[in-house]
Amino acid sequence: MSTTSVAADSLPKIVTARRGRMRFLRFWTSRVGLAMLVFVVLVALLGPVFAPHSPTEIIGVPFANPGSGWPFGTDFLGRDVLSRVLYGGRSLIGLSVLATIGGYAIGLPAGLLAGYRRGAVDFVLMRGVDVLLAFPPLLFLLIVATGTTESILALVVAVAIILSPGLTRIVRAAVLDVSQRSYVEAALVRGEGTPRILRREILPNILGVILADVGLRLTYAILLIAAMNFLGLGLQPPKADWALMISENRIALSLQPWAVFVPAIFIACLVVSINLIADGIARSLGTSIEALGGEAQGR
Amino acid sequence: MSVQAVSLPRAERFIGHHPVLSFAARRILWGVLTLWVVSIVVFIATSVLPGNAAKAILGKNVNPREVLALERELHLNQSLWGQYWYWMGHFVHGDLGRSAASILGSNSHESVGALIRAPLGNSALLAGITIALLIPLSLLLGVLLATRAGKWIDSLVSTSTLGAISLPEFVTGSVLIWLFASTLGVLPAVSLIGPGQNALSSPKILVLPVLTLLAATLAQCVRMVRAGMIEVLRSDYVQAARLAGVGERRVLFRYALRNALAPSVQVIALNAQWLVGGIVVTETVFGYPGLGQLIVNAINLRDIPTVQSVAMLLATVYIALNIVSDLIIIYLVPKLRTAQ
Repeated sequence: MSTTSVAADSLPKIVTARRGRMRFLRFWTSRVGLAMLVFVVLVALLGPVFAPHSPTEIIGVPFANPGSGWPFGTDFLGRDVLSRVLYGGRSLIGLSVLATIGGYAIGLPAGLLAGYRRGAVDFVLMRGVDVLLAFPPLLFLLIVATGTTESILALVVAVAIILSPGLTRIVRAAVLDVSQRSYVEAALVRGEGTPRILRREILPNILGVILADVGLRLTYAILLIAAMNFLGLGLQPPKADWALMISENRIALSLQPWAVFVPAIFIACLVVSINLIADGIARSLGTSIEALGGEAQGR
Repeated sequence: MSVQAVSLPRAERFIGHHPVLSFAARRILWGVLTLWVVSIVVFIATSVLPGNAAKAILGKNVNPREVLALERELHLNQSLWGQYWYWMGHFVHGDLGRSAASILGSNSHESVGALIRAPLGNSALLAGITIALLIPLSLLLGVLLATRAGKWIDSLVSTSTLGAISLPEFVTGSVLIWLFASTLGVLPAVSLIGPGQNALSSPKILVLPVLTLLAATLAQCVRMVRAGMIEVLRSDYVQAARLAGVGERRVLFRYALRNALAPSVQVIALNAQWLVGGIVVTETVFGYPGLGQLIVNAINLRDIPTVQSVAMLLATVYIALNIVSDLIIIYLVPKLRTAQ
């Protein structure tokens, strides 16, 4: 534990959530990002309601060019590209959000514990983090896919595991900073237990760091899951999924590019919009995604 | 990260006699240890989980005798630890075992080692060219943007790189194929390499895969170099150097860049490491015959020995790159040598 708390006020200013709430909307890039994200999420959530056809219904010849009834043409089996795009966002967004939540469920408690307890707990947890970070992320997913024959649950759990070590590091660093402050010392003197101090004193004060990190973590989850779907080792046909659509239809890129372009544009909008927002949040908290990135992105 | 090496107690000064050497030794030892853990994970994930490899290879309607024979061939009849030590022992000696698929095709008793050689060369070439372009481009562009911080070109590039930073390779790759192969017809869409040839014999096929990998890595590197340079350019000693009349180019490249290098090297190294996984998707997009495509095909064929070998190979490269980048940083930033 820290030896002195006198110097608490001279510690560097930490990032708190209250200062940053909605402040990221100051930046026009973030506003554009937010608008794009809302649009993509609405399409993914409500798309199936407006889809003119079933995602698996064959409505014409394969790779038909855009025409009346199918504004973006048909795919490699003659299914409506528009309908499949409208259906194909839920899986990618849903799985990525699940994996991100899973990553937090592992990484956040680990980071809190390591940063607050230090000592042996910290040492063991951080060596575990080092080992996990030594794994090439996509390779880890490939290995898991080999062993579990393309189980989606295994994919989500594996992505959560990949997301967790970077998060643990960031949270630990923030906790190390916060736990030397006078209000934590005061809580200790009041005789409060570790769980209560973590929840009441430390967690609220590292929320800013977490907030700035969520976007990066989510983008990373989307990229990994989309890559696995593209490689044919994630979701399986005939499931409508944006990444899967690109891999199914790219053989006819010169004949019917829309079957690739439309899902590609949606994936691009999704990741770019989250990045723009994350950048805004990080900047409004006085840091940058470069400062948070690196480790977090796993590249 | 203290700089107070002088105040270290006597014993610690003795241990840290050769700070760089002892650091290197520790890093390498840790790397070997990590690799060992990785090998256990790779082995367990590919062997323990449901599905008997021999049955998966031979199909469902098969003579049990054949299954037994293949199990013996693949050492699947031994205990799990026995299998692991057998595999590991041979792997350490450079014997990667035999590809399960080749065991079936009775005419080609090809070892995984032979199977891997050509793809390994192709992948190394692809990643090597990418890194060779990535380093100078990101340093140059990063410095250039830092000197124009706040100007329109800087904010334009900063915003657009923020977008490009996270585009999946199969999206950029598909767009590049559409543009350069389908529409303009100047570059091949698929990277076909004839048997006995390597990628260098037809350099055209390398262009689009390299561009795809650069698109995925360059943005982050440029942003990082730029951020580091801007910080350094604000510092007192840069001001002092300028006031002392040192030429601007000298200030930029001799004084500022050298001090902005540590974070830059780190992010470039992280991106080089990322390439180890990144080539998997890019090679699949272009049908480029490298390790990435090999492992994806092996997974689809459930060719466990090949999957294990390629996975271990890629993990080794990944961990080695990590160590090398740490050593380069220690070399570039003498201050860090006294830390720890």
